[in-house]
Amino acid sequence: MSSTAEPKKLTKKELKADHPTWCPACGDFAVLASFFNVVQKLGFDHEKVVCVAGIGCSSRFPYFVNTHGIHFIHGRALPLATGISLSRPDLHVFVFGGDGDGYSIGGNHLTHAARKNINLTYVVMDNFVYGLTKNQTSPTSPLGRKSKTDPRGAIDRPINPMAQLVSSGATFVARSHASQVKHMNEMFERAILHNGFSVVETLSECTMFYPGSFDDSIPRKGGEFNLVGEEHDKQDLAAAMELTGDLTPGKFGVYYETERDTKNELESAWVKDAQAAHAGLSGQDILRKSFSRMR
Amino acid sequence: MSETATPTSIRNAVIRLAGHSQDGIQSIGAFLAQLAGSTAQDVMTYMTIPSTISGGPSIFQVHLGSGEVLHPGDESDTLVAFYQDSYDNHLSSVKDGGICFYDSDKVEEVQEERGIIHIGVPFTSATIEAIGGNAKSRGKNIFVLGMLCAVYELDREKISDIIAAKFGKKSEDVLRNAMLAFDAGYLWPVHDINHMPMAPGENDLGQERLSTDGNTMIGLGLIAGGCRFGAGYPITPWSTIMEQLRSELPKYGGMFIQTEDELAAVALAIGASYAGHLAITGSSGPGLSLKSEAMGYASMAELPLVVVNIQRGGPSTGMPTSVEQSDLMQAIYGSHGDSPRVVLAPRDVEDCFYTAMEACRLAKEYSTLVVILSDQAIATRIEAFPEPDLNQHWVEPVLDLSERPEDFKPYPLEGLTRHSPPGAKSASGKYPVVTGLEHDEWGHPSGSPKMHDQMSTKRRKKLIELSQNYGDPDIYGEDSGDLLIVGWGSTYGPIKEAVDRLTAEGHKVSQLAIRHIHPLNPNLSEVFGRFKHILVPEINDPGVYGFGQLATMLRAATCNPAIQSLNKIQGLTFRVKEIVTKSEQVLAGN
Repeated sequence: MSSTAEPKKLTKKELKADHPTWCPACGDFAVLASFFNVVQKLGFDHEKVVCVAGIGCSSRFPYFVNTHGIHFIHGRALPLATGISLSRPDLHVFVFGGDGDGYSIGGNHLTHAARKNINLTYVVMDNFVYGLTKNQTSPTSPLGRKSKTDPRGAIDRPINPMAQLVSSGATFVARSHASQVKHMNEMFERAILHNGFSVVETLSECTMFYPGSFDDSIPRKGGEFNLVGEEHDKQDLAAAMELTGDLTPGKFGVYYETERDTKNELESAWVKDAQAAHAGLSGQDILRKSFSRMR
Repeated sequence: MSETATPTSIRNAVIRLAGHSQDGIQSIGAFLAQLAGSTAQDVMTYMTIPSTISGGPSIFQVHLGSGEVLHPGDESDTLVAFYQDSYDNHLSSVKDGGICFYDSDKVEEVQEERGIIHIGVPFTSATIEAIGGNAKSRGKNIFVLGMLCAVYELDREKISDIIAAKFGKKSEDVLRNAMLAFDAGYLWPVHDINHMPMAPGENDLGQERLSTDGNTMIGLGLIAGGCRFGAGYPITPWSTIMEQLRSELPKYGGMFIQTEDELAAVALAIGASYAGHLAITGSSGPGLSLKSEAMGYASMAELPLVVVNIQRGGPSTGMPTSVEQSDLMQAIYGSHGDSPRVVLAPRDVEDCFYTAMEACRLAKEYSTLVVILSDQAIATRIEAFPEPDLNQHWVEPVLDLSERPEDFKPYPLEGLTRHSPPGAKSASGKYPVVTGLEHDEWGHPSGSPKMHDQMSTKRRKKLIELSQNYGDPDIYGEDSGDLLIVGWGSTYGPIKEAVDRLTAEGHKVSQLAIRHIHPLNPNLSEVFGRFKHILVPEINDPGVYGFGQLATMLRAATCNPAIQSLNKIQGLTFRVKEIVTKSEQVLAGN
């Protein structure tokens, strides 16, 4: 995504909307703060920023940002954002959601938006639990975790979101942590500046239903926040997959980054060629040509 | 027809081509239809396609007429049977004294009955002989086309042009072989019958005429209506619309995207609609069910969206290549909650174009969801009709990114919804969030009981307002009488023909074709009051209460006890005589 040379940058005041309805100390507050930081820094035209979300606690995100926004149905934020991105290449499209929305009910769309390399940025706020519906097992809930739908502890193996994202064909895959604002700022900025489908899996603690879920990666709570090593080759798919092997607590940073034609570019090229082949003709003329083949 | 056919010219010919799906019988049927369109004759075709991947029995029926052709033909005048099974299964479709041409290389047992004239012609070996080399049996469809052209004395020069246009693109060899096969068929001595020249067509050739199918005209109508963005997923019989739009829209600066599933398709379209475009998605029965949740969103958020549904036999996978009109309730109510939308149904191929344009207009003007409810019969059959005048029927799309004023409200309680798409500045500095939550006039989520009441009323009222602009219902025949036959969709032609026949018998019968399925024309109650009986033929099940889906709606809307149903649930369209027979029973008070 290219930033425009607007002299006046957006302020936090201009970007703030309703006060978030999240629970006190929810990790999502930090994600929101970090998003404000990055959008201010990059200096977008205010009216060209679009925030898209499906359903869930984190999917309330668009209400808390004063930009154009759309709060859609459960699991379909990515295809909706695809429609926006492809039909309006002038916009900066951001998608926000949680693990249930993105990895469970909307799982199929993630793979396809990634392989098609749709130009947008997707932030997953992963809290390992269904929060809005009040504590059911999510696709990333660890084995043995008790919830209202698994009173004896989760028995289904959780998915590995990083392995899925890396293998899906996404061209920018990073992992961050809501307790590390500076790291989020850096990851979000790089994701936004990436041309193509960029996704940041962000651990964001649900203080209401799953407190302590990410203590193993919070140093002040005795955990370790380890960055992806300098030596990691971000273009090496096998190396990226290797990093996804252990996510307890695992490494944080950019796992994979590559350049590939976006669907936006490929579709636009077709439109450009088709229009060039009909240069000088009005829409009516083109349709009349179609009619003439049916006479 | 006696031993030899009458030498005088005929005004109508129903030809049934029966073979297997790989024999190219659809191609020759389409050639005949195109010929009719370009020679001022009228035409309607009907085909069955097996839902198997390749092969399987298939028919293509062409009804050629010098005057108006309203139905594909109850029975055929001429049968062309390519195989024994084609012969065995379709001889019963031939009228008494009709003609049966059969491939004498393939059909071994014939039953001379009901005065049907049997003419054995070795389609297969004669084609091989004509083309020579290792032609096998390819081209026997063109041989048959040549033979039919001779029998009906059709315009040989024009059909040669049509063949040249079709095959000339491939290679000279292909075209030469096609013409060799055509000439061999044309010159084949069919001694047993006199030729039956078709009377010249009576349509006005001053205006260009098109011959094509309903799906093609829906696609082109959407383009003329200003649709430039869409998304879909393959399903029969909807797919040909998405294939066409995928190729056509880029020429107009638009885009059509094939998605991973139906849910994504409707979401992409809503995304483009939110972004300020007029967008379209579509499907057939099962796919429409999958889109239902998002359609409820479009209704709640009041985003303009056109959804095309080409009905087929259901429920579930049902009869995917057969016709049925059983998605009416799904189209009107298919979502959760109260989710008002507009439902339009084209009545023939020509009307597909204008219905699609109307859908685009209503979607934009009222910022609403509009469902176009077509069916497999209209989707796949070919008809000839006057070319639409694009000077009158054309809407150039506009992406309105003008700055929204200080007091902008997307959802005013008094007035129509107007959105502010991304890219549009807000004078107030506040930007809207479009939502599926109940909301206030600014679009802010609201759980207020009063607001839900007011907003539900707003969404309902705009449809009532829209229906008040329909004008008077379009009645065919006298505007009062003993019987009004009310139909929708592809039954339009057979009903009209039935009304003509009943009127000729001296009955006071009229027709009403309902194109505005939802909301209904508010004047229907008054119109129904002028008729003693109301009969509603529909290709769907009468259900546990004894009424088809439209009939149920009409009874609910008008409380008129004179409404009766005529249902057919065989995956086949109505025969004219089925409607005539039932009407006579109704008129006799049975």
